[in-house]
Amino acid sequence: MVSWRIPKRIVYSFFTLLASASITFYMVHNIPGDVLDVMAAQLSESMGIPFEEAKKIAYTYYIGYDPNKPLLERYIEYLANLFSGNLGYSLMFRVSVNEIIVQALPWTLFVLSISLLVSFAIGTVLGLIIAWRRRTVLEPIVTAYASFTDAMPDFVTAVLLYMFLAVRMGWFPMKGAYDETLTPGFYPAFIFSVLYHATLPILSYVVEHIGFWALLVKGSAASVLEEDFVKAAEARGLPERRILITYVGRVAILPVVVMLAIQLGVMLGGSTIIETVFSYPGIGYFFTVATTNLDYGLMQGLFFIIIAGIIIANLVVDVIYPFIDPRARREAAR
Amino acid sequence: MREYLVNIYYNILRPIFKNKRALVGFTILMGFVVMAVVGPMVVPLNLKTNWKERFKPPSLEHPLGTDYGGRDIFQQIVHGSRDVLLIAALSALFAILLAVTIGITSGFLGGVADVVLMGITDIFLTIPSFPVMMAIAAVLKVRDPFSFAAVISMWMWAGLARSIRAEVLSLKQKEFIEAAKILGLGTFHIVFREIMPNIMPYIAINFITMMRAAITASVGIMFLGIVPFKITHWGVMLNLAMFQYGAVYVPEGVHYALAPLLCIVLLEYGAVSLSHGLEEIFNPRLKTYE
Repeated sequence: MVSWRIPKRIVYSFFTLLASASITFYMVHNIPGDVLDVMAAQLSESMGIPFEEAKKIAYTYYIGYDPNKPLLERYIEYLANLFSGNLGYSLMFRVSVNEIIVQALPWTLFVLSISLLVSFAIGTVLGLIIAWRRRTVLEPIVTAYASFTDAMPDFVTAVLLYMFLAVRMGWFPMKGAYDETLTPGFYPAFIFSVLYHATLPILSYVVEHIGFWALLVKGSAASVLEEDFVKAAEARGLPERRILITYVGRVAILPVVVMLAIQLGVMLGGSTIIETVFSYPGIGYFFTVATTNLDYGLMQGLFFIIIAGIIIANLVVDVIYPFIDPRARREAAR
Repeated sequence: MREYLVNIYYNILRPIFKNKRALVGFTILMGFVVMAVVGPMVVPLNLKTNWKERFKPPSLEHPLGTDYGGRDIFQQIVHGSRDVLLIAALSALFAILLAVTIGITSGFLGGVADVVLMGITDIFLTIPSFPVMMAIAAVLKVRDPFSFAAVISMWMWAGLARSIRAEVLSLKQKEFIEAAKILGLGTFHIVFREIMPNIMPYIAINFITMMRAAITASVGIMFLGIVPFKITHWGVMLNLAMFQYGAVYVPEGVHYALAPLLCIVLLEYGAVSLSHGLEEIFNPRLKTYE
């Protein structure tokens, strides 16, 4: 029996991508024509070609389609251009969006992956502990912390950290991804500078997300604790640590893993705020700059990359999940 | 009418007063509602700049201090609360209407309609809401609460639509719906008289959660300076404090940023508490976990 699950997910991901491309197409539509004419005029002068020809080049390069064609043809042309990897042109920075992404994406991925792993690790441990030992002081503390950070939007956390730890105390740098006086490279001073600059952005994400993971894992572990095999393990007199890690933890964490991709999406969305507060030159920072300055070319390119990233992350989790969780494997085969 | 009010008291208000969490949330939210409705009528708003009074700490005259232009922050907070709450309530309302319509249609009709509607819902669920809201609000040049709420609600309904559909699917199997069908009661009756009352508590809880999400989203977008509104809006105040007038960089200016921040946290804390409390009231199974 062939499973249709994965092909289905791929078709669905494709449609989501198409939907987001339609949104970006709409953004590109808002690029004022006269701006493009100016660009074309400059192009025709510098390359020594007639204006009409330059205009054509300018249009395919900056917006990816010929605005004189009917809507449907424009749309298809735009999609072809987008999916061939040309993400547009930033009128503000005067470089292609691809260039900005190459510079910005590593920073965002760096900060997000560390934040995700750290908050997941801490949250999981806390969640397991409070599920296991119900009557300790830790449980109400973690629950209160979780509902408090739940009520705290990410910009509140970021602004507070920025205001007190970076500005008031001066313990952390106020902007950038590394010390500008250093040349990028693999040597201790530079690596330290990178970590130092990333600390507050990472801390913002971690503070925001620990509670979420703790409650999620607690809920998942609470249902596992009721299982017979846990009681059997207790009856056999196994040490608590072993029961908690090998018996409860392994089973309880699996369903939570799916949330990693979703949380990554949430964090990517939040990066627009957190990176802007700390002037951290990642995707989110450039997206905010593009949006506040109405740089439609940059906006649509970055938007497309953000969504493509989330779709891929979801797809990867969907595809690999049955391999790590036998229960899902059985369900998928059905 | 009187009977109706008595019903509201016994079914909604009394359980809220008995549940500690719900009561805390309810009190906080009511406080903000009073502030938004009555506040602007009682508290005058003076937006004339007075540079001599710049960044004054809280005092009797200025309960929350003054901003970069020497204007009273408390007045701005009170007058801004109206827009904050209005946008939140409108967004939640629009999103609920969308979610209920799509969820019930999808669950009730089934078949191709269900597949198509849920496909669309999934797309809305996957696309990260905050960047889309930012982009659309910027492209449409949103300037008023109504269109802002419309933009926000467009990216909030999907999750609720999905759970309402699931709820409708399970209700469809129940005997009383069977019975209504056999009795020959029309679709309209079944949807509005039989199904709706059963999902009402669920919708009420989601209204509160959505309001909270809308506050986060709308204030966040304004904080980034994408939708320039009145300067009394909390998000705009934060934006001014953070990016425009550098209030966060001088020790005297910290309270200008702190005032809207604390209000947002308190307001959202109220919403979170009330929605958790309501969940405990309407879904007693949850209580065992506490």
